[in-house]
Amino acid sequence: MALTREQIENIAHLARLELQPAEVPVYQTSLSAILDFVGELDRADTASVAPMAHPLPGLSQRLRPDAVTEQDHHELFQENAPQVAAGLYLVPKVIE
Amino acid sequence: MSVTLHRRTLAQLVAGLRAKEFSSVELTRLFLDRIEASQSTLNAFISVTREQALTAAQAADRDLAASRGGALTGVPIAHKDIFCTSGVKTSCGSRMLDNFVSPYDATPVAKLKAAGVVMLGKANMDEFAMGSSNETSYYGPVRNPWNTALVPGGSSGGSAAAVAARLAPLATATDTGGSIRQPAALCGVTGLKPTYGRVSRYGMIAFASSLDQAGTITATAEDAAWVLREMAGFDPNDSTSVDKPVPDYVASLGQPLAGLKIGLLKEFFDKGLDPENERRIREALAVYEKLGAQLREMSLPNLPLSVPAYYVVAPAECSSNLARFDGVRFGHRCKDPRDLMDLYKRSRGEGFGAEVKRRIMTGTYVLSAGYYDAYYLKAQKVRQLITSDFTRAFGEVDVLIGPTTPTAAFEIGAKTSDPITMYLNDIYTIGANLAGLPAMSIPCGFTQGLPVGLQIIGPHFSEAKLLNVAHLYQRETDWHTRVPERYA
Repeated sequence: MALTREQIENIAHLARLELQPAEVPVYQTSLSAILDFVGELDRADTASVAPMAHPLPGLSQRLRPDAVTEQDHHELFQENAPQVAAGLYLVPKVIE
Repeated sequence: MSVTLHRRTLAQLVAGLRAKEFSSVELTRLFLDRIEASQSTLNAFISVTREQALTAAQAADRDLAASRGGALTGVPIAHKDIFCTSGVKTSCGSRMLDNFVSPYDATPVAKLKAAGVVMLGKANMDEFAMGSSNETSYYGPVRNPWNTALVPGGSSGGSAAAVAARLAPLATATDTGGSIRQPAALCGVTGLKPTYGRVSRYGMIAFASSLDQAGTITATAEDAAWVLREMAGFDPNDSTSVDKPVPDYVASLGQPLAGLKIGLLKEFFDKGLDPENERRIREALAVYEKLGAQLREMSLPNLPLSVPAYYVVAPAECSSNLARFDGVRFGHRCKDPRDLMDLYKRSRGEGFGAEVKRRIMTGTYVLSAGYYDAYYLKAQKVRQLITSDFTRAFGEVDVLIGPTTPTAAFEIGAKTSDPITMYLNDIYTIGANLAGLPAMSIPCGFTQGLPVGLQIIGPHFSEAKLLNVAHLYQRETDWHTRVPERYA
């Protein structure tokens, strides 16, 4: 299966990745090859098989009681943020 | 102080520390000096935390003097740089997190800290654990201590190289498709990937959440038992952590193997397996027969589909997990973004390396509208078939034994141009991840001067059995004691 330049650009857009022009043909080749490779899965007869959602049979996601267990650490966490003001994360203006 | 202090097992180090034969500060300084002397050749570490290590070692010595502390008090350790470490840079091998100082400890780090370990630094790794050669790291490749022209394997290449060269007596690592076992095999050390859910994933930077599992890289199986006993256990902060008691993995070592049923998978002895590697595996199996085990050939017909199933499931989960790196809350942000979309796209485009972008895009594609059923759902069904194959096998045998990798270590640069050739390195290891099974790799000899790994896979939560099976082999052989000449 050969992916087109437009398809790669669309996937990159969906993934919010800016690609350099030189990267596009590289990903065209390698993603096409990967999709051919995973196409082998079609050989398996899975008509009566349930998809596996969890590696351990019979276990499901646990719920915890709806109780406050954590302290407010926002100042500590925001030390890693690129841009903060008044306890808020800053991004370029989104509303004109 | 003995010149061969760095060659001691974990049990010997713990005994020596308690007997005041040497102090934790002396031991820590010894390993820090070994790391620094090797760094320009091996590049096994991203960060070396000398000051913090010596402070922690002094505290450990005070605990030892007062007969306080935990099971591992004063023992140095290297943490793979995928584990969050409070106040210390946690890069995950990526430019994206080059500026990230974790505000908290991952649960495995916290548990080992409580047991008394002293962190030496953060081990190098493939970027976001995506790679089988440690060549995708933003900080440059790690080199194999047995031959520095070769890769150490990956993604836990720094952890494996560090233990192989005895830059650290033990290291943490993670395994999503073979990232503990494959580098352990290529570097000639012992790697343990526990059952999915056995060790908490809290604070371990996520790649593929239904496959990721934390484990150990050590010189011996006995050392691994010592470390897993401290790392394992229920954690309410990880919703897939399993609430099951942790057995005493050390106490159960040494039980005789007479009557042990070992399965040999036809699919593991295929045409891709190097004949010299196969000889080493057969020789190891002969040791097990001498110990009273019975060998039985068997087949897991769906196992050959494990690599394609993995390369749908893992990239899908990766594309979702790595969506959190948005240039807003932490991590790399591009300069002068025009608008929000530009901020997202350029921050991610600049912050992620080529292989990580490839996997994010593969995952985005297989999850996108119109392709979900054909790829993702199909792969989850094949995953079920592979898991059922393993369940059937464990109805007949106790463990499966075979090769960890098709070949020994390969040259740096040899497989970087073709991703699929690289992906096929994990052909024997991925099955255990898809089925959530525990598995180990232990050294079983050499081919042309390079280590060969023996893989042992068991049913869910059979770590005690795997460790014992590995330990008894290591009592009969001395491959696990070999160290590259330069680091002896």
